[in-house]
Amino acid sequence: MKPFLPVLIALASGSLVAAGQTTAPSETEDVPLKGEEVAILTDPPNVPPPITRKHPTRVTVELEVTEVVKRMADGVDYTFWTFGGSVPGKFIRVRQNDEVDFTLKNHPSSKMPHNIDLHAVTGPGGGAKATFTAPGHKTNFSFKAVNPGLYIYHCATAPVGMHIANGMYGLILVEPKEGLPPVDKEFYVVQGDFYTTGKYGEPGLQGFDMEKALEENPDYVVFNGAVGSMTGENALQASIGETVRLFVGNGGPNLVSSFHVIGEIFDRVYTEGGSRYQENVQTTLVPAGGATICEFKLETSGDFILVDHSIFRAFNKGALGILDATGEPDLVVFSGQKKDEVYLPEGGVVQAIPSDSRPAAAAATKEERIAAGKIVYGANCAACHMPNGTGVPAAFPPLAKSDYLNEDVDRAIDVVLHGLQGEVTVNGDKFNSIMPKLGLSDEAVSNVLTYVYSEWGNSGEEVTPAQVAKVRAARK
Amino acid sequence: MKHAVLVLACVAGFARGEEAVGTSPVPPEMARVEGGEYLPMFGDRDQPRQVDPFLLDRLPVTNAEYLRFVRDHPKWRRSRVSRLLAAENYLAHWTGDLEPGPGAPADAPVVNVSWFAARAFLKARGKRLPTEDEWEFAARADADRADATRDPAFLARILAWYGKPNPPVLPAVSNAETDLRGVAGMHGLVWEWVRDFNNQTVTGAARNDASLDRSLFCAGGALSATDAANYAAFMRYAFRSSLEGNFTVTNLGFRGARDLETNINP
Repeated sequence: MKPFLPVLIALASGSLVAAGQTTAPSETEDVPLKGEEVAILTDPPNVPPPITRKHPTRVTVELEVTEVVKRMADGVDYTFWTFGGSVPGKFIRVRQNDEVDFTLKNHPSSKMPHNIDLHAVTGPGGGAKATFTAPGHKTNFSFKAVNPGLYIYHCATAPVGMHIANGMYGLILVEPKEGLPPVDKEFYVVQGDFYTTGKYGEPGLQGFDMEKALEENPDYVVFNGAVGSMTGENALQASIGETVRLFVGNGGPNLVSSFHVIGEIFDRVYTEGGSRYQENVQTTLVPAGGATICEFKLETSGDFILVDHSIFRAFNKGALGILDATGEPDLVVFSGQKKDEVYLPEGGVVQAIPSDSRPAAAAATKEERIAAGKIVYGANCAACHMPNGTGVPAAFPPLAKSDYLNEDVDRAIDVVLHGLQGEVTVNGDKFNSIMPKLGLSDEAVSNVLTYVYSEWGNSGEEVTPAQVAKVRAARK
Repeated sequence: MKHAVLVLACVAGFARGEEAVGTSPVPPEMARVEGGEYLPMFGDRDQPRQVDPFLLDRLPVTNAEYLRFVRDHPKWRRSRVSRLLAAENYLAHWTGDLEPGPGAPADAPVVNVSWFAARAFLKARGKRLPTEDEWEFAARADADRADATRDPAFLARILAWYGKPNPPVLPAVSNAETDLRGVAGMHGLVWEWVRDFNNQTVTGAARNDASLDRSLFCAGGALSATDAANYAAFMRYAFRSSLEGNFTVTNLGFRGARDLETNINP
């Protein structure tokens, strides 16, 4: 209906030029519909394969609604209402001008009637009233995917807020008829806010809290339905040099997402899931009931962290995921920390670096001690003494084949514990600098020194935490 | 247990003087609900609805009671019932025509019954389904109050049940919470059929009835509702409007109602 109106107005005013500008004919022309197929549906974070056919077809989509108890966080369960058993629901991928034959099945064990409003549908209710389905029933309707784009779908049964708050949303991608540019990896990420009777982290099966939902004060803001859905072994996997496309949705029900990937700049963002892209974007808004497509090339390796940059949600409510890019890092793109020098606004005294409060697992063998010490060395020592212990002439003394180091173990421990200031002679060279007090635990000091002694032609001494404790006590 | 509850409930009923003079005695399995005005979830908020006094079953109908019914009325047995009157999953959780089996304990509410079946059952007992207004009016009560719907805790309790999955086997009706009239299990047990389940928001088979759009989908639901924060009521109306007369659902049962018979002795 909509496209005709400007044409009519243009004709009435006698301006054919205006009509030509209003609609570009090439955008609406397409080859005839041909054949039929069953849509491949995927659970998050997976995305069905790109559509390669060059013509529209008749696509069958079947979604099953189930009400299931699943993990929200460690020790915390929730009764999710789902499109296909997961939150978000199944990813649906069709092509522009496809005719979609859609069946919604409501499992007999459901307590509620459900339906689906696909934002990709042109028509009243987006399919909601056509799919209003009692438990143990299934309904069917069809629609033509007129507009390309990335769209949210959700349950729209009253009270709609509660159905969405329980996880009833997902994404449907309508690929433009010319297709999307090829990329190496595609992922499916949807943010949602959850309102539980217990506070964040309170264990057990949590119920829906209507008051908190009305106040828009969620306990959980998560990606893909659970805290940790994309961290640890569930992290998204890609490799350096690959181009990644994220299909990002926001189910809401209430919050707008400030979607950001720490350490990446989106090369292209198809704002709001539409047809045009913005380039070089740091953070993009994903409205509740909206979506966006983010693309970026992984120019270096490492962990890239997906967050809602309304950052308390990431830090305290769960809105955090990890994209693990494997490969050798490109040190030109990103060097990592090159130096950590003591900044001395007050002049030269030994500074204390705040202690690391994380308890380290005790090393059981010398090998374990060396392995742990290597990490401590990399984090605390290598910047000055260099990764291979050579130091920097006239600035930082060497640790490799170091007479100062090897002739007195207790002195070495003392230096690591308390820092060092003033002139020292190492292997015949004079150094007059300041080493900060590192604030390491006894375990960490013993590990790092055992590592240093085991490397670069040093004595091979094993330093135990007990020795460190003794030196620490002697100074008090 | 069930017996004790009933006796106590009767005593409570008498104590509150709900037995009006001039009416026939209330059968022991029913409670008298004094009528009154109430504001239904959907409708004109300036026009409270009048509910006349009526009798309501204290408990929903159980599998044992329904078994007696299908014994006496073979055409309502699972293998014989007309598909027009009950869909394929009618009594699907029973083992056989006359064997409820382990999935349907004798004292649990009967479910997977159609609206037509519920009506036939009740007609055979001289009863009828409560109207939506009657059911909603009675369901406002908790153990102490005839209308607890202004209490967020009351609504939250109901909502908590709606949010929980169905248990594989339903509990006994006698375990359900009893209200001040001695009516038990209005909330927290099963959904219940009402006589005009499709009357308020949907008319007949018209799924594309315009009022349905307004009432039940998306934010439209809030426009015509008298209390947009009463999610529990929303869900009941939404549930009912998803049904048709021959539908059967795994957690949908029913209970009987009856008009007050005025005691007119010639």
